Amino acid sequence: MEATGVGTAVRQSVWAFPILEAVHLVGLALLGAAVLAGDLRLMGLGLISASPGAVLAHCRPWLAAAVIAMAATGIPMLLSEAVKCYYATAFWVKMGTLPPALALTWAGRRRLIRQDPPGHTGATRVQGAVSVLLWLTVAAAGRWIGFSA
Amino acid sequence: MRGFLEWLGGTEGSRALLESQYAWPLIESAHVMGVALFLGTVIVGDLRLAGIGFTSIRPDEVLRRMRPFVLSGFGVMVLTGVLIFYSNPVRYYHDLFFRAKMGLIFVAVLNAFLFHRAARLGNRGGVRPGIAVSAWGAAAISLTVWALVVVAGRLIAYNWFACDIQPQPGWVNKLAGCPVTAAASP
Repeated sequence: MEATGVGTAVRQSVWAFPILEAVHLVGLALLGAAVLAGDLRLMGLGLISASPGAVLAHCRPWLAAAVIAMAATGIPMLLSEAVKCYYATAFWVKMGTLPPALALTWAGRRRLIRQDPPGHTGATRVQGAVSVLLWLTVAAAGRWIGFSA
Repeated sequence: MRGFLEWLGGTEGSRALLESQYAWPLIESAHVMGVALFLGTVIVGDLRLAGIGFTSIRPDEVLRRMRPFVLSGFGVMVLTGVLIFYSNPVRYYHDLFFRAKMGLIFVAVLNAFLFHRAARLGNRGGVRPGIAVSAWGAAAISLTVWALVVVAGRLIAYNWFACDIQPQPGWVNKLAGCPVTAAASP
């Protein structure tokens, strides 16, 4: 992976990795908007004047944009230091929590958008809380890759 | 200023924080997760003000509902940010990206303050007409400047323009306030 053109180019450039990191972090803010606006509503917080399904539908395009931005900046960073990541526990924690987080916010939310329940329930509260916890773990583990030797 | 920061950096708490194995990375991680909470909820409001997101909900309603999360997120950012600064005050004081970040935060907060004041006046009886136009502008400024704050913040980690790595171009030393002696400058 590190021998790929992208991996080599990022590693050899002084500016590429820092800029990718910085844009990845801007993507995190957008992801935070799409995840939090929806999950807070599921927990009965935030934008409660609209139905949970309506808020989740509003989040969807920004969620997609944020995930694309994260992948577009994250994958080149991974390619530039694949071996370091392979030996970093934090990387595997991130890769373990990312798929369920994505599944819950993409497929799990789609179900609620279709059903459009009138308000939040115990089940939606749990879904929102689990999603926030999963994404917090993804973000913290991601930051910790940088602290790994 | 520098004398005070040198004293601050020499205090026991500052040294312990800088050399700590877990406290510093934990505070730094909290600062990063604070980005998602603070800027994430700012973005929700800005997308609505710009008219490109959450459009079925009234703009003032979106801002009001996001406010507690924006403010608590800002609290997390300031608290963790002050602790990070405290761990190495002189280094950050002379960091070009840190200085840029502080300037950009001032602009972003001023933008939010001016917009809210204009919106309040507008609600009281149209003293400031054209709020619909300025809402779009305020949101665009907010999104752009906060994104630059994040970029500048992340780049503080890199010492390309550090005072103790000389020679640096004259403008770098000037903007960063590097105490360069005549003999050390190129």
